[in-house]
Amino acid sequence: MTEYFDGEVSEQLGVEINAHLAVCEHCEVVVNTTRQTIQVYRDQQVYELSEPLRERMLASIMEKCKKIRCK
Amino acid sequence: MATIQSPETLEVHPDVALVERAREGDTAAFEQLVRQYDRKIFRIANHITQNREDAEDIVQDAFLKAYQKLHQFQGNSKFYTWLVRIAVNESLMRLRKRRNAKTVSMDEDVQTEEGSIPRDFADWTPDPEQQFGQSELAEILKKTINGLPPGFRTVFTLRDVENLSTEETAEALGLSVPAVKSRLLRARLQLRERLSRYFKQKTLSKGLAMKDGKKK
Repeated sequence: MTEYFDGEVSEQLGVEINAHLAVCEHCEVVVNTTRQTIQVYRDQQVYELSEPLRERMLASIMEKCKKIRCK
Repeated sequence: MATIQSPETLEVHPDVALVERAREGDTAAFEQLVRQYDRKIFRIANHITQNREDAEDIVQDAFLKAYQKLHQFQGNSKFYTWLVRIAVNESLMRLRKRRNAKTVSMDEDVQTEEGSIPRDFADWTPDPEQQFGQSELAEILKKTINGLPPGFRTVFTLRDVENLSTEETAEALGLSVPAVKSRLLRARLQLRERLSRYFKQKTLSKGLAMKDGKKK
């Protein structure tokens, strides 16, 4: 099923799965709502870094890097 | 510089040149790498630890560790995949410390079959993202993914949120490709099952939504 969601199944298997989904309501719901699950997490980046924090972190990283001798 | 390129020569990733410059002491090149990936590393660390302060520390620690270990970077994987691996290890270590547990690893709880077999077959509202306010939706998504074992939510985050390929995810996590696929499927199904509680269509009776809010 992972391959099916990722569009990595063979054409033949894809046809067979789609034919099953056309007649099996439960499977169709599971497939559709699983796709929605992936999409909602992709759309809603729930952990965004604010610009001021980002700049502070970058400055701190670079300051420490300059102190370290890159071997 | 003239080089003879065989037809099999793969296109060189632009990060390779930046890493090379950084190794030679060019901190501006390393800064460019940080700017390229800091947001992604922050999201990954947050998804794994579910703790914002830890995620901030992890971003800094992961980049510093990467900088210190640049000479170890072989170049046979992408710099980003290598960096993700460092960040995931740092994240799991933090999680372990915070929980005061001996083991928080990619193998934790993978034996559970919970959520692997779909139980909720109710269809969702056509556009669940419109049903909730932005912050409410974010809370639901955080709470839901937090309920997954770390090994599952890490695979889901890398593969589905950050869009790494299955092979890159396997490499970053030190797992086999079949293990990534198996965990990914179970993570997706478990999240679907849990989100169904919020997103499924309410039973409508003659056009009126039921108000009793009874749960099964």
